[in-house]
Amino acid sequence: MLHFELVTPARLVRSEAVWQVVVPGTEGEFGVLEGHAPFMSTVKDGTIKIYRTQGAQPEEIQVQGGFAEVSAKGLTVLAEHVEG
Amino acid sequence: MASLKELKLRINSVKSTQKITKAKQMVAAAKLRKAQSAAEAARPYAGRLAAVMASLASKVQVGEGSPKLLAGTGKDQVHLLVVANSDRGLCGAFNANIVKAAKAKAQELIAEGKTVKFYLVGRKGRAPIRRDFPSAIAGGFDTTTVREAGFAEAEKIANELLAMYEAGQFDVAHLFYSRFRSALAQIPTTQQIIPVPAPTVAVANDGGAVVDYEPDEEAILADLLPRYLRVQLFGALLENMASEQGASMTAMDNATRNAGELIKKLTIQYNRSRQAAITTELVEIIAGAEAL
Repeated sequence: MLHFELVTPARLVRSEAVWQVVVPGTEGEFGVLEGHAPFMSTVKDGTIKIYRTQGAQPEEIQVQGGFAEVSAKGLTVLAEHVEG
Repeated sequence: MASLKELKLRINSVKSTQKITKAKQMVAAAKLRKAQSAAEAARPYAGRLAAVMASLASKVQVGEGSPKLLAGTGKDQVHLLVVANSDRGLCGAFNANIVKAAKAKAQELIAEGKTVKFYLVGRKGRAPIRRDFPSAIAGGFDTTTVREAGFAEAEKIANELLAMYEAGQFDVAHLFYSRFRSALAQIPTTQQIIPVPAPTVAVANDGGAVVDYEPDEEAILADLLPRYLRVQLFGALLENMASEQGASMTAMDNATRNAGELIKKLTIQYNRSRQAAITTELVEIIAGAEAL
């Protein structure tokens, strides 16, 4: 499972283990699964899709002013504004 | 010697003052807890952003093409002092300490021949700074309209500062606020915010793995710099709020205790004069009876 964290300046919105997260990167959407190579990207304003398990309905969260970092520890998305 | 009635009035007035200070102390204690948890909730974001900034800054050379926010304007003439104060009083020397630090820095810069401008956040800093530097106030942000300053306010302040920076109105910005150590100790702090000083967080070693950047490092850095500034301001606002409540709690605790002492003293005085009056009366009666 992928460890996913969504953080805003005011609070830690999510910190959980999920199957896959699809992030709207500035240069195109990308999906992050467990074991993804270290990676940093800015995120354009849009929707993050969180798949808890394979094939499940994704949960959608609107983000603004985001930044994503994939490291050995998992995926961290820093966003200035979050809705949903 | 004050009359009995005067003393009684005096005691009552001190008692009602004590009630106010006591209530303010309790309010501050409750708000302090809230402010502290808000400051704690903001830590993950700030910490992570600083770590990312540090690892990026170590990879990017600061040079001609670097973003202005990182490299500076190339001049060091106009300094903007961003002074964050509270909107309310009754918090001891909290605001005075921040203003004092800002004024000291301003004098120092003026002595070096620099131009100093002020940007004031909060109500309580305006009057004392306007008195000493009436023409140097370049702008301000009013936080009285919101209950407590949050990220939205920090964002507005940061955007305004960025616009001023882009317009070339200043070269260097310093931020003055009070760092929260404990309810007893708040430390007036000065921090350079523009140009952004490279964060000095130890870069986490990712096991030598090569990190991919999308877009490249410089573009990400340029994108993150304004955000970093916003987070710095937000952090300062939160620290300030916690400090204000801490200072208020301590000041009101002292005031309540002083009022208690005053009441004790006045009560003793009151009782003494009452007894003196009774004694005099008795003496008069006895003397009158004996004369018969």
